[in-house]
Amino acid sequence: MDEVKLLENNSDSQETVQYIVVKIGNEQYGINIKYIDNIVRNQRITRVPKSQKYFKGVINLRGEVMPVMSIRLKLDLDDDEYTDKTRIIIIKIESATIGVIVDQVKEVVTLTEADIEKVQHNPTSENTTGFISAIGKSKGELISLLDIVSLIEEG
Amino acid sequence: MDVSQYLEIFIDESNEHLQSLNDQIMILEKEPENEDTINEIFRAAHSLKGMAGTMGYKRMQTLTHDMENVFSEVRNGNMKVNSDLVDVLFQCLDALEKYVSNIQQTQDEGTEDNEPIIKALNAFISGEKKQEAAKAEEKKEEPAQAASDSAASTIELADFEKNAVNEAIKKNMHAYQIKVSVDENCILKAARAFLVFKNLEGHGDIVKSVPSVQDIEDEKFDFDFTIVIVTNESYADISGIIKNVSEIKDADGKEFTELFPEEQPAKEEEVKEEKKAEEHAAKPAAQAQVPATASSKKAPAAGSKGKAVGRTVRVDIEKLDALMNLVSELIIAKNGLVSVSSEENTDGSIGQKFNEQIEYLETVTTNLHESVMKVRMMPIESVVSKFPRMIRDLSKKLDKKMELYMSGEDTELDRTVIDEIGDPLMHLLRNSADHGLESAEIRKERGKDEVGSIFLDAYQDGNNVVIEVRDDGNGIDVAKVRDKAISKGTITAEQAEVMSDKEIIDLLFRPSFSTSEKVTEVSGRGVGLDVVKSKIEALGGDVEVKTSYGEGSTFTIRLPLTLAIIQALMVKLGDEKYAISLASIQTIEDIPVTDIKYVHAKEVINLRGNVIPLVRLRNLLDVPGQPEESESITVVIVSKGDKMAGLVVDSLIGQMEIVIKSLGKYISINKMISGATILGDGSVALIIDANTLV
Repeated sequence: MDEVKLLENNSDSQETVQYIVVKIGNEQYGINIKYIDNIVRNQRITRVPKSQKYFKGVINLRGEVMPVMSIRLKLDLDDDEYTDKTRIIIIKIESATIGVIVDQVKEVVTLTEADIEKVQHNPTSENTTGFISAIGKSKGELISLLDIVSLIEEG
Repeated sequence: MDVSQYLEIFIDESNEHLQSLNDQIMILEKEPENEDTINEIFRAAHSLKGMAGTMGYKRMQTLTHDMENVFSEVRNGNMKVNSDLVDVLFQCLDALEKYVSNIQQTQDEGTEDNEPIIKALNAFISGEKKQEAAKAEEKKEEPAQAASDSAASTIELADFEKNAVNEAIKKNMHAYQIKVSVDENCILKAARAFLVFKNLEGHGDIVKSVPSVQDIEDEKFDFDFTIVIVTNESYADISGIIKNVSEIKDADGKEFTELFPEEQPAKEEEVKEEKKAEEHAAKPAAQAQVPATASSKKAPAAGSKGKAVGRTVRVDIEKLDALMNLVSELIIAKNGLVSVSSEENTDGSIGQKFNEQIEYLETVTTNLHESVMKVRMMPIESVVSKFPRMIRDLSKKLDKKMELYMSGEDTELDRTVIDEIGDPLMHLLRNSADHGLESAEIRKERGKDEVGSIFLDAYQDGNNVVIEVRDDGNGIDVAKVRDKAISKGTITAEQAEVMSDKEIIDLLFRPSFSTSEKVTEVSGRGVGLDVVKSKIEALGGDVEVKTSYGEGSTFTIRLPLTLAIIQALMVKLGDEKYAISLASIQTIEDIPVTDIKYVHAKEVINLRGNVIPLVRLRNLLDVPGQPEESESITVVIVSKGDKMAGLVVDSLIGQMEIVIKSLGKYISINKMISGATILGDGSVALIIDANTLV
């Protein structure tokens, strides 16, 4: 019985998760790599009338029509300004595939549990914190880890 | 014998037979003397029995066997078809359908033995009323329940079992019925019972056991079971052997001294003897023997299934979907070529040859598309054929006389739509039957025929299939709906004042709305119409209702014919391109701005005598930018049924065949946008659903 416990402890400390670090506005955000299917350059986005304001429209991805969301607008920040560093990250969650616009894709980091601090959800604070599930630390910098599933699913 | 590979075929063919049985029994009810129908039913039951036997589904086989018996009596003229018999037959069909659906889901037919139905069938054969089931002779191989017969009364024996006892008595052997009681504290009852059987094996033959040997082995008995044993030994010896097994409390019984009366036409005897051979093994009917007898029956059954049906092919839907995708990609590739060819016009002659090739490609892909679409289409007959039966059942349940008249059953719909359309149609029919049609007295007062009529008509209209459900009943009482809505708080009294009749009726489609006072099994819960509307809209169609109080109502369902590839007109609004399905378009007009008139503060034009409302698409779709000032506007006239509207666009691009792509799940789209398509240059254009704008 003791041996089993030891094993569990060992595997815990080695559990790591990889995140893609992106820059949106002035902050850095992390998206769990397991949800990411693809990253493409910014391309012509076709506007869809009467849709939610944080949906910029749809794009053509190799024959499939895919909706594209602006994380900035979803988090109630300023609107996107497209540069040649702007990228669209294709996120695949079990129910759907959609794209999200980011200003810049920086790197992939590997975080262990120790590097991650869960965030207290304060009901009185702004909307934005609802989508951030934790804060990660890497190389002396703070990365807000996005709860991408709730970001996409919640209206 | 592993029959799992045949499972798909079995299910398909069983469903076909069951459907045929359904239709034929309905006909039989109206024409009890129709020999063709009777033969057809007999053949179908026979085939089903054979198939069930081959696959090892004993309960199904038993039930169909009994049905077959009943029908052979009918065929020989020994029995007449009456309404009670038809009811029992329908119950049999329901039971069989349940078996098949169990098989479809779990590969096992389930444990429902349907003993009451079998008893009823047998009662018909012995010519008695259903209530006197006590005298019913059991032809089943195994009894269904754990019987708790007291030792004194004789347990019921099937004919072959009685035969076995008779034979034994004739040969001067003994036949005993013994009730074996197991100790209440006994833990492993099944093991004890098994020991009893084992020990008795060398001393005699166990003709029958109640509950069946299988059930005993599964411990499906309380503390006793009864056996009938044929042996040379004395009663004392046999009961001694039984009591010798530990934890057996008692063995009590009696001897059969009299012969059972011989009965049964010779035909059944052969079947019984085969079964007798199985039973004597005192084990559950050996699978090996059943397929042998069943397969020999299957051969004649297959031969007799000579019903003339159009040459059909069963195609796996996944293959079709793959084909569809290929064709879609082909069309996108073709579009790409088209846009390239229209750009490269520097060298005239090469351009020409290019165009010829393109035209050829276009012909080929269009033909390919059409043939594939045809394979996917199925006549709605498969869905609506269940409805006459349902109306008949409803008619009995609601105690109202009604008839269903259908037309256009050969109208074809895409397969995926067919699957989904059954439920909504059923709801509408039930609505008409329950709410629409009045009781016989009211109908008489109004001078209507006592038998209510419900009509189901299907036909093609342009790019759509229209299905109408019409009844000549009460119609929708708009005042009642209004009052109910106000009392429920759905709308306020002030709102009710300004709402048109049509808007009031549309309230019916809201969830949880019903004007009936009580909830019955059939309806009243307010769930039906809302579900109908959402299901149909999910299919890309819409539903409307027209009603006339005292005369009846008509529900009209409109569904798109083709789902994925359509001919469309490309139009420009500002900088954006949009597609409008060509099928909805009547004409395209250039209207001088001065011709626009105003009715009720809405823009209309007078086109060749028709007043057509104008729809400013730029405004509706929030297109950025300002339209150019010009003296005339381009108007696309679209129609839906007999209503028309004029869509104002900036300019026309041209006609194109486009592939409809869905917009994905999370982006909320207006009803006006029915999808998107990818143009030759890779950009996305949205598709406008003209039907919603009319």
